[in-house]
Amino acid sequence: MLNNRKFYISGFIASLFLAGVVSFYASSHPDGLEKVAEEIGFLETAKENTNAGVVFSDYGTKGVDNERASVGIAGVIGVLGTAVVAGVAFKLIARKPKDKKN
Amino acid sequence: MHIPDGFLDVQTSVIFTGLSAAGVAVALKGARTQLDEKTAPLAGLTAVFIFAVQMLNFPVAAGTSGHLLGGALAAVLVGPWAATLALTIVLLVQAFLFADGGLTALGASTFNMSIVGVWVGYGAFLLVRKILPKNKASIPVAAAIGGFVSVPMAAFSFTLQYAMGATATFSTSTVLGAMVGTHVLIGIGEGLITGLTVSAVIASRSDLVYGWKNNNQSLEIRNA
Repeated sequence: MLNNRKFYISGFIASLFLAGVVSFYASSHPDGLEKVAEEIGFLETAKENTNAGVVFSDYGTKGVDNERASVGIAGVIGVLGTAVVAGVAFKLIARKPKDKKN
Repeated sequence: MHIPDGFLDVQTSVIFTGLSAAGVAVALKGARTQLDEKTAPLAGLTAVFIFAVQMLNFPVAAGTSGHLLGGALAAVLVGPWAATLALTIVLLVQAFLFADGGLTALGASTFNMSIVGVWVGYGAFLLVRKILPKNKASIPVAAAIGGFVSVPMAAFSFTLQYAMGATATFSTSTVLGAMVGTHVLIGIGEGLITGLTVSAVIASRSDLVYGWKNNNQSLEIRNA
């Protein structure tokens, strides 16, 4: 049994490593939905996403040409961003109010 | 399986945004009663881990890749309510930071992955857990099968949305066959990743695993 500290730190570091380093080696082929849409022919009904202009669009970092760094930075930012949003959300959800007020 | 803008018409997008909002609201209520200070950090880590692993597309067939959806994985680790919330957070981060999936389609994507993926995966996990021996080794196996089943079911759910309101006019049966066929293959990867991850967490901190604890409450087995 790992203690809390070790368990959460190893899980977080594993996530950083996967998103920041291993992601470079991920398959760049279209995913199942995109491939099916392409083969059947409805891929062309896709519009450019309204959110396409975001900084890390398509898991790349704008202005970083090195592909390894570009996807790695995006992955690390994503892990940190998810950690902040999920961390705050679940902390609030789990809080048990001691008085009747929420 | 992140749906881009444009695939679905406005009406269908609105309907599924409403359904997803209702599902997330129910999940919020369930998670409030179930999560406590001890289990909340695992819900956060689960979201983080799923975000990371969703970046790792693996090849499944010629020119096609798939990635973990994580619904069954999250449900087994932290319970289905918190899992729905974790997956929804991942999808929100992906849409707003990475433009992965369109904003108008976010409700439909959330429905397929955070609701159908989680609850079908969890349901299949419960069924399999019931017939397997009541020991720790059964939990990753049941989780893997839950993961495997959840992916073609999420693909089926997309096909339903396509049938209700695709902007394209190709036949639904063509889309159904291709979607489910491809996602059965992706489901194998989902099952493997889910099984391996759950067995790693069971080995290091079985006391935190919802799908294990909740199996034993009635049996009063205590883990030191």
